Amino acid sequence: MSDILELQKIATEIRLGIVEAVFNAKSGHPGGALSSADILTYLYFREMNVSADKANDENRDRFVLSKGHSCPAYYSVLAEKGYFSKDELKSFRHTGAMLQGHPDMKGINGVDMSSGSLGQGFSVACGMALGAKIDKKDYRIYALLGDGESQEGQVWEAITFAAHYNLDNLCLIIDNNGLQIDGKVKDVMNIMPYASKLKAFGWNVISCDGHNFEEIKNAFDKARQTKGKPTAIIAQTVKGKGVSFMENQASWHGKAPNEEQYNIAVRELTEYKNSLGGNK
Amino acid sequence: MADKIATREAYGKALCEFGSVYNNIVVLDADLAEATKTCIFKKQFPERFFDCGIAENNMLCVAAGLSTVGKIPFVSTFAMFAAGRSFEQIRNSIGYPHLNVKICATHAGISVGEDGATHQCNEDIALMRTIPGMVVINPSDAVEAKCAVEASIKYNGPVYMRFGRLPISIINDSPDYKFEIGKAIKMADGIDVTIVANGMMVEQALIAREMLMSEGISASVVNMHTVKPIDKEMLLFEAQQTGCIVTSEEHNIIGGLGSAVSEALSEICPIPVVRHGVEDVFGKSGPAKELIEEYKLNAFGIVEKVHQALALKKE
Repeated sequence: MSDILELQKIATEIRLGIVEAVFNAKSGHPGGALSSADILTYLYFREMNVSADKANDENRDRFVLSKGHSCPAYYSVLAEKGYFSKDELKSFRHTGAMLQGHPDMKGINGVDMSSGSLGQGFSVACGMALGAKIDKKDYRIYALLGDGESQEGQVWEAITFAAHYNLDNLCLIIDNNGLQIDGKVKDVMNIMPYASKLKAFGWNVISCDGHNFEEIKNAFDKARQTKGKPTAIIAQTVKGKGVSFMENQASWHGKAPNEEQYNIAVRELTEYKNSLGGNK
Repeated sequence: MADKIATREAYGKALCEFGSVYNNIVVLDADLAEATKTCIFKKQFPERFFDCGIAENNMLCVAAGLSTVGKIPFVSTFAMFAAGRSFEQIRNSIGYPHLNVKICATHAGISVGEDGATHQCNEDIALMRTIPGMVVINPSDAVEAKCAVEASIKYNGPVYMRFGRLPISIINDSPDYKFEIGKAIKMADGIDVTIVANGMMVEQALIAREMLMSEGISASVVNMHTVKPIDKEMLLFEAQQTGCIVTSEEHNIIGGLGSAVSEALSEICPIPVVRHGVEDVFGKSGPAKELIEEYKLNAFGIVEKVHQALALKKE
């Protein structure tokens, strides 16, 4: 089986986990989780130097989910990667459960930084990257930012900071699904174009299809090879990707499917997974 | 009494001293290194000093990130911009994950002087102490400022420290002086009233004690350098000894030391507590000394409040 097929299968498992988590929680953010599922899959299963048995290794790569609300995808990936049991996904957002509504580094194995308040996680990632530079360590830092999130002024403080300190060990990924709670990003508060703005701020900018593993791979390869400045990968994505009725619908930013919708979502994802062939 | 020294000056020097012992200390500033005195560290350890420009929110979160990879970041700017502007960054990215970041804010209170109300932060203690797990320290002189910095390094978790711009007297130069986070220091004994103060008001409390003595009033003076966690043991002891308390701080009487003492005592030993501080108003421009008089942030102001407390105690 080709590696791309393998990644597509894992990503579909991740999507099933997202749907499971949000359905059982009766709340949460499926749209942005589904749009980032392929990026997160590639990061954790191919790109990053991380493993569950070395969760606290000081030389590991780090990841910050700056768009913390997309944590169903993050949790699903961490569970698939073995940081905790997949059963935990079913108690996401429940009282007393481990999996909080937004990432909690103190309670969840594998989470490198608590996040949820938009604009902050990316700055934290800059601090991690600076720390690696101070110590002359070669681990890398990855941060996933929402496109709507880039409306936060602090994001541009961090963009300035990362370029100023030449943080080439930092890779920012923008999950460019074009939608936010109140509608299209370009209608709510147009912050585009990202590429020319980031370039003007001194960044290396790569665009890719955030659902095409070949393009995702090329983007991360190029990012790793770029020295002297930070890299931003602008990943074109579809909000709600993989579940037909959620795709490109802002209304699926932050609500859970009912039982009927859940069943349809699971059926669609399962059929897609089966269509990929193989055992997994 | 030695020359007057601003606590910010002591902070800058302490950073340098401990910076050579702890090589994981890094210092961040937001274009105010000359004013916050982190410039002293910058000169000695340029490779561990990072100016973040005028972008405090990013700076606080960068500090959070540095702490996750084993650094002890000291972050400095004016109190207004640390505790005020970046409250939510501190709350969510430092407080919630309980990260080992030391927030060292200078230019707090009315004594900032000429810069006026926009820069005179009288709310920082209130803001910081509402964050779960945050240690909040307001040292009373240069000696204590240095000790607070050292204690904060040895403590693993977020600490907010407040340093002033105005040079103030050294009052903690006795050989048996000992600083411990959360342990108040008894400065002088008394039986009629206890003055609980911190920051530059501790010296004023000692002066007030002398003034009260001439009226035949015996005041106990406590230096409550740590507002959180507050020393309840000391408060209970004082409440039982003197039966009334005056708190004194260079901060709004809402939310700071006065509130912290009132909250603690109302639950363990309810007695009259009268708060001395900035009376829920903004500051203004003027030389620090003149503002201190106008806002009665001096021994005279404390004496007035002591009379109020004694009257309440008699009722």
